[in-house]
Amino acid sequence: MPVMNIIQAVNDALHHEMGRDDRVVVMGEDVGKFGGVFRATVGLQEKYGADRVIDTPLAEAGIIGTSIGMALYGLRPVPEIQFVDFIYPAFDQIVNELAKFRYRSGGQYPCPVTIRTPYGGGIRGGHYHSQSPETLFIHTPGLKVVVPSNPYDAKGLLLASIRDDDPVLFMEPKPIYRASKGDVPEGEYTVPLGKAATVREGKDVTLIAYGAMIPVTAAAAERLAGDGVEAEILDLRTLLPFDGEAILESVKKTGRAVVVHEAPRTCGFGAEISAFVHENAMLHLEAPVKRVTGFDTPFPYTLEHEYLPSAGRIVSAVRESLAF
Amino acid sequence: MKVSPSRDPHSATPSKAARGGGDEAPAPGASAAGEKTPIFRILDVDGTADPKLDPRIPAEGLEIIYRTMVLNRLLDDRMLTLQRQGRIGFYLTSTGEEATHVASAYALEKTDWVFPAYREPGAALIRGFDLHKFICQLFGNAEDTLKGRQMPNHFSAREIAFVSISSPTGTQIPQAVGAAWAAKIRGDDMVAITYFGEGTTSQGDFHTALNFAGVEKVPVIFFCRNNQYAISVPSKIQTAAESIAVKAVAYGIEGIQVDGNDVLAVYEATRRARERARKGLGPTLIEGLTYRRGAHSSSDDPRRYREDSEVEEWTKKDPIDRLRRYMEKKGLIDAKKDEALRAVITEEIHAALERAEKVAPPPIESMFDDVFARIPWHLEREKREYLAWRAEHGAPTDGHGAH
Repeated sequence: MPVMNIIQAVNDALHHEMGRDDRVVVMGEDVGKFGGVFRATVGLQEKYGADRVIDTPLAEAGIIGTSIGMALYGLRPVPEIQFVDFIYPAFDQIVNELAKFRYRSGGQYPCPVTIRTPYGGGIRGGHYHSQSPETLFIHTPGLKVVVPSNPYDAKGLLLASIRDDDPVLFMEPKPIYRASKGDVPEGEYTVPLGKAATVREGKDVTLIAYGAMIPVTAAAAERLAGDGVEAEILDLRTLLPFDGEAILESVKKTGRAVVVHEAPRTCGFGAEISAFVHENAMLHLEAPVKRVTGFDTPFPYTLEHEYLPSAGRIVSAVRESLAF
Repeated sequence: MKVSPSRDPHSATPSKAARGGGDEAPAPGASAAGEKTPIFRILDVDGTADPKLDPRIPAEGLEIIYRTMVLNRLLDDRMLTLQRQGRIGFYLTSTGEEATHVASAYALEKTDWVFPAYREPGAALIRGFDLHKFICQLFGNAEDTLKGRQMPNHFSAREIAFVSISSPTGTQIPQAVGAAWAAKIRGDDMVAITYFGEGTTSQGDFHTALNFAGVEKVPVIFFCRNNQYAISVPSKIQTAAESIAVKAVAYGIEGIQVDGNDVLAVYEATRRARERARKGLGPTLIEGLTYRRGAHSSSDDPRRYREDSEVEEWTKKDPIDRLRRYMEKKGLIDAKKDEALRAVITEEIHAALERAEKVAPPPIESMFDDVFARIPWHLEREKREYLAWRAEHGAPTDGHGAH
């Protein structure tokens, strides 16, 4: 079985699906001849032609707007937004159009677009190459939001996303694009949307995280294990619809939960998870749900390592929960 | 009250190019910046058609176009009255602009896709949209295809490829480009048309859509209904460009300004645009100069920003009257036939209304459908809990929005 990093897994998924389904079209800035600024679409245009792998003009609203029209007509477009920080010109098309097309047409017009976009910080990207705005999209009914944390899930979830009849925002954790490596089966397989994965089993605390925060959370778990605290790690994988059953099952077992995300704290996804856990497992909790998050500031350049959740901050949060 | 002078196509002397030429004479294209954009007209206000440019629409076609425009007009009048009576919540008329969407839609094939704004019901009607469905959508009742989810006039009809309507302006334009682009990739004979007002040409989506379409030579028709008002804002302060059609130059595509109240010119320009698209020559921007005789919507009062005299001037240039005069000259209609036709249509509308008003509101459960292909667990739960609450407490009457 080949070992791949996340970029290679994404590339493999795109090659696989374009070969399998001739309705799939890839489009975006620099994705064609150049193969994408992160090399995610390398080799696709040579193999499938410029009709199906398209270098678009520089306009996110145009990329998403036209991909919506393509999906309405019956194609399966997979547009790329080069950095999620640049998605906002397309925000109206995503929120007001893409997410609502099926509903507002009484079910007549499904709109199966999968938007691929790198997110996340720690790569000296500053305000505009580091953002994590997933909650803006989770908060939009009609849109699914998927965040893989490793190559196996990246390929499987991307294939599942493209095949899903609903629009999906597929956010790729670019800080670990190359650092995250693992076995990725060749050929056909999928990972279901809406299902979390238990990355580590434990009985003392549930750590809930996704994307680039998984390795950081895993490092925290290792340190805690050294102190005899066994943490269970839940990789959400799909943020909307999230795996509520898996969350409750774990929290009812451990009695404590810490949510980790690099996005800003206020109205971050941790707030939803926290509310959900409190509403549904109150009597099982030994302590309030804690959140370890980015700060409520724009993402800084020089001090990004201070901003991002670290294993140390997660360990401290767990200790506070244990001491409650 | 100072009112900006409207751009009046009838006071502009049509250029030689607009009038001359043979049967296949090219329509004038958009001129470069600074020059006056020539306007394409075939039918005079008195119903005389330029014989060299007359597309010679067969009698049957003229009758269909005329009938649809009259239906559009009478429907608008009746539905606006209904709104004033509180029987529907909102309505958008297209009074005075009927030719722009009816005559252009007539030039399309059944397999072409329409991406409307929200002021082109005639384009749907001429493609066979069921009057019952149209009116049910105004009521948002249980027989509305959209299950009461959208405001009136925001309908969607897949059976006639009339895609879907949203309120944000211009979002449909890049979508039309995408659909036509997809058809081109698949090698299908499909040309998409999209409609929008001149105000919408200020939106970013207009710019990006025309740019993409020009680069990829997408088989799409951009039809701008320049009705000279974006709610209260006159076209003169919407753009510094000499016309909307001239903007085509910036995108490397064809552009033409036509008399939007001239059924024959609108039809012919659209027909040629479709042919050009099918030949792989790319998109066309058609600017139909017309006038919004009614308010922006039932929530607007245009007397606050324009003079009645301006409206009266444009009533004299009514597109329906002009077509009727042309048809009278051909012996296809007279005053008696016209009266009879209007009586029939009025009765049709009345019967459709009677039928629609008896239909109940959509079932509450339907509010939770179609968000996704399959309802996710969290929404299923919300639905279950709310229906249980409602079964116990009854319909809510003490919040906002209670009817």
